[in-house]
Amino acid sequence: MAIIEVRGLGKSFRVADKQPGLGGTLRHFFARRLKDIPAVRDVSFSIEPGEVVGFLGANGAGKTTTLKMLTGLIEPSAGAVEVAGFRPFRRQASFLRTITLVMGQKQQLIWDLPPLDSLRVNAAVYGIPEPEARRRIEELAEMLELGEELRRPVRKLSLGQRMKAELLAALLHRPSVLFLDEPTLGLDVNAQVRVREFLADYNRRTGATVLLTSHYMGDITALCQRVLLIHQGRLFYDGSLQELTQRLAPYREVCCDLAAPYPPEAFAGFGELESLTGQRLRLLVSREQLTATISRLLSSFPVLDLEVNDPPVEEIIGRLFREGAVG
Amino acid sequence: MKRSLRLARVLLSVQYAYMLEYRAEIALWALSGLLPLIMLALWSGAGAAADLSLSPAELRRYFLAAFVVRQFTVVWVIHIFEEDALQGRLSPYLLQPLHPFWRYLAAHIAEQATRVPFVLAIVLAVWLLGAGASGWPPPSTWLLGLLVTSLAFLLRFLLQSVITMACFWSERAAALERLLLIPYLFLSGLVAPLEAFPPGLRRLALATPFPSMIDFPARLLSGGEVDLLGGLFTMAAWTALLLPLFLLLWRAGLRRYAAMGA
Repeated sequence: MAIIEVRGLGKSFRVADKQPGLGGTLRHFFARRLKDIPAVRDVSFSIEPGEVVGFLGANGAGKTTTLKMLTGLIEPSAGAVEVAGFRPFRRQASFLRTITLVMGQKQQLIWDLPPLDSLRVNAAVYGIPEPEARRRIEELAEMLELGEELRRPVRKLSLGQRMKAELLAALLHRPSVLFLDEPTLGLDVNAQVRVREFLADYNRRTGATVLLTSHYMGDITALCQRVLLIHQGRLFYDGSLQELTQRLAPYREVCCDLAAPYPPEAFAGFGELESLTGQRLRLLVSREQLTATISRLLSSFPVLDLEVNDPPVEEIIGRLFREGAVG
Repeated sequence: MKRSLRLARVLLSVQYAYMLEYRAEIALWALSGLLPLIMLALWSGAGAAADLSLSPAELRRYFLAAFVVRQFTVVWVIHIFEEDALQGRLSPYLLQPLHPFWRYLAAHIAEQATRVPFVLAIVLAVWLLGAGASGWPPPSTWLLGLLVTSLAFLLRFLLQSVITMACFWSERAAALERLLLIPYLFLSGLVAPLEAFPPGLRRLALATPFPSMIDFPARLLSGGEVDLLGGLFTMAAWTALLLPLFLLLWRAGLRRYAAMGA
């Protein structure tokens, strides 16, 4: 039975429609015009317990608005949502104990105090007995490699340390459904890897369901087998990441190190030239033409080294949106 | 019950630790609340105590008590809520099984606790300058006065919380609070004790919740004559009106909440 069930979900925001300039300002002052902007339209999906699902889309695609509806922060304009058997917008205490939302750009920790103070408050809010709260803090701190940092004012922590402390605060009540909105935003590569490892470990240990948005495809590829792709408020793909790559990237990336430099024109007819840096060549070649193209490359140029890869997923999605292949 | 007590203890202690980080700022706030003492100087200087139907000693005690009441009924929930709503900090609070206003209430109480030493120092200084020379009411009156001051604070907190709900409809609702500042200053008893008001103005003032916020607790604290039961009933009546209104507006407001900045 699905733990997250979304049917025909929609959300519109009413915003002021003001023309620029003094005339527009005066008209707006005396006769305010409003219009409804749809942010999410007719979105349906369901997620099984324990799944880790990536939620992809460009800025303004409707990812965060959907997450806000799933957590009960905002009321849907249309459709139905059920999370762990609850209707989120009712925000019943038992529902709030079941979920958590981590927003990479926002913090719940008290800025001028050490994270431990915020954790004490969270433990009391969720009614976690003090010895149990201490045990959970120790356990999560160990998983997150946090120690003395928990006793330092939040404002003195690095971004990575702060994010890990935020995760600890968000997971102290052991939620079974995690909504993560850009949890690695702004973190350096090492910190990103640590947060990903922690989330994967948490999912393995607790069987929690995770819905994750991220701009870093590394987060998605490391954690999610399944992705939802949203564009202009509409869901247009729901399936495995691998299938998405296959379906939307009917080509592969061929990288060669050449023994001598060549002009770009020399590679006309060998697929799409992605880059040519010195003697390093990157081509995108359709899967059907792959074998023939590689044979021709090897016979036409002095190739020192050759590798064939799937193109990076962020490139696939970026290309997809640029080409307007969605909708 | 045990859980609620623990929650209150933890919230208050953490908020107190937070407020101590801002103790210098809070000392300045305490100093900025000197209006009743300025009014005392004005009324005393003009020799107008008789016009206010009070003896000079009663006048001094009243304004010193009004200063204390004012210090412990300062409410700023609208400003913090507006900022939290605009910056997206309200969202994490909404996702926890605790009404966000309990946090704000705890923050106010912690801020008052931080004020205590500064207020005591100012009261002592004014006392030594002569305000207490003509005696002071017994401790039982003091205790009752402080209890009613706490109720006055809760009433003011509730009134401002109701106005705060405008934040769901307007991004700059704190301006509304400024609109209420003038009637609050003049009708609460901060500028002059209510019994010195002309009868018409006094009737108007008593039709508002403002006298319950300063005049009633200050007169009680200064040992003046008060209708204790009548005053408490007025406070209860305003609470009975404002509390359901707050809850109603809260529910309606949440439907409009767009979780901006989050």
